[in-house]
Amino acid sequence: MAKKRVVTTTINGDTHEFLCKPQQTLLEALRDVLGLTGTKEGCSNGNCGACTVQMNGRPVDSCLVLAVEAEGADLKTIEGVACGNHLDEVQSAFLEGAALQCGICTPGFIMQTESLLEENATPSEEEIRFYLSGNLCRCTGYDKIVKAVQCAAEQRQAANA
Amino acid sequence: MRDFEYEAPTALSAAIELLAQANGSAKPLAGGTDLIDHVRTGRLEPDLLVDVKKIDELNVLKLNGDGLRVGAAVPCYRIYGTPEISQQYAALTDSCRIIGGIQIQSRASVGGNLCNSGPAADSIPSLIVLGGVCVIAGPNGTREVPAEDFCTAPGKNVLEAGELLVEIKFPARATNSGSHYRRFIPRNEMDIAVVSVGASVVLDESKENIVSARIALGAVAATPLFAQAASDLLAGQPANDESIARAAAAAKEIATPITDMRGTAEYRTHLVGVFTQRVLNAAISQARGEAICYKPGH
Repeated sequence: MAKKRVVTTTINGDTHEFLCKPQQTLLEALRDVLGLTGTKEGCSNGNCGACTVQMNGRPVDSCLVLAVEAEGADLKTIEGVACGNHLDEVQSAFLEGAALQCGICTPGFIMQTESLLEENATPSEEEIRFYLSGNLCRCTGYDKIVKAVQCAAEQRQAANA
Repeated sequence: MRDFEYEAPTALSAAIELLAQANGSAKPLAGGTDLIDHVRTGRLEPDLLVDVKKIDELNVLKLNGDGLRVGAAVPCYRIYGTPEISQQYAALTDSCRIIGGIQIQSRASVGGNLCNSGPAADSIPSLIVLGGVCVIAGPNGTREVPAEDFCTAPGKNVLEAGELLVEIKFPARATNSGSHYRRFIPRNEMDIAVVSVGASVVLDESKENIVSARIALGAVAATPLFAQAASDLLAGQPANDESIARAAAAAKEIATPITDMRGTAEYRTHLVGVFTQRVLNAAISQARGEAICYKPGH
């Protein structure tokens, strides 16, 4: 049986050291080892995006990353988005715009939206739909999600103006 | 998931040694977007994963007067994130932008897409039309294989036990050249090609005549196909509808698709003709410096 490895990463700005087996995914390590259960498991095969986190500044499906690959990586999860009790623009827009129903897909959508807005502060509707195509929502029908992303982009633009 | 060991060597020689010693029970891990899923579902049962992302040779992404070198572990986003590559090797970046969604593109490599050797793999027709050459290292040294000869059957390729794909290298692009790749899928994104076509053209100084062309087809045979006869028909011909229609008819001749949930064999063969024309027109437009009206999936 493969031995457990020590993995050292930065998660939401803090250094974490944890033990994991090579066969554990980053998603499993985040949820089961580190207790960071904001990141959700959906399909576990890279189709649904519910487990999206940022790894070294890029959005990835954490179900398709081995936890051992996170050695030395800089990770950001949904737990690192709000500042204390203050939701950021994307979280607020999803809440205010009712862009969720069951909520399982929401942390993934928010992480993916954070990446989108870092790359493209003023995305068109088509760009939003293309960038979020790796995130599935079976409740909302997407329109409210797209509107929430547009709203978050506007709010962030206004805040930075 | 299955219990396996994990190594992440930094030297190419160490990776080859690990793969050779494992006698077929080790798999190289680049982006992992296919591999990790295949291990989870039991389709693959490796005892060792050799993470190749820390090896310099597999992370090369270099464009200069000699051409383009793409290390086997370079993820899609780095390739389309380089504007000069998008301009000169458009077919390759067209492919990289539609492999999975953005999250997948953060990790998935063209090298992995090639080694997975799927008949519908989105990068392979582009590698073929751009003249890609696969550089393979193994216990007995290094060898080179043209991209069109790499895949041998669905999921199978020329790699032998202990061998590792190091990089894909492309010749420098001629002046007045253009290339394009697109696939047919019933939705806009995140799907497997029903049919896909890549094409590359070189035009003469007037930009009215084709000097040479390469066409490749995906999802219509056991491996991606280089449509050599169709490509040769275009050499020396005017870049017009008649020439393109003749090449499209020749491309249809070599398609031997299956009928499955994505489409019938007849439908796929018809699509080869339609898409060969559209893709050649787009490649010619690109060579002329004209804007291409293109939405992925259509």
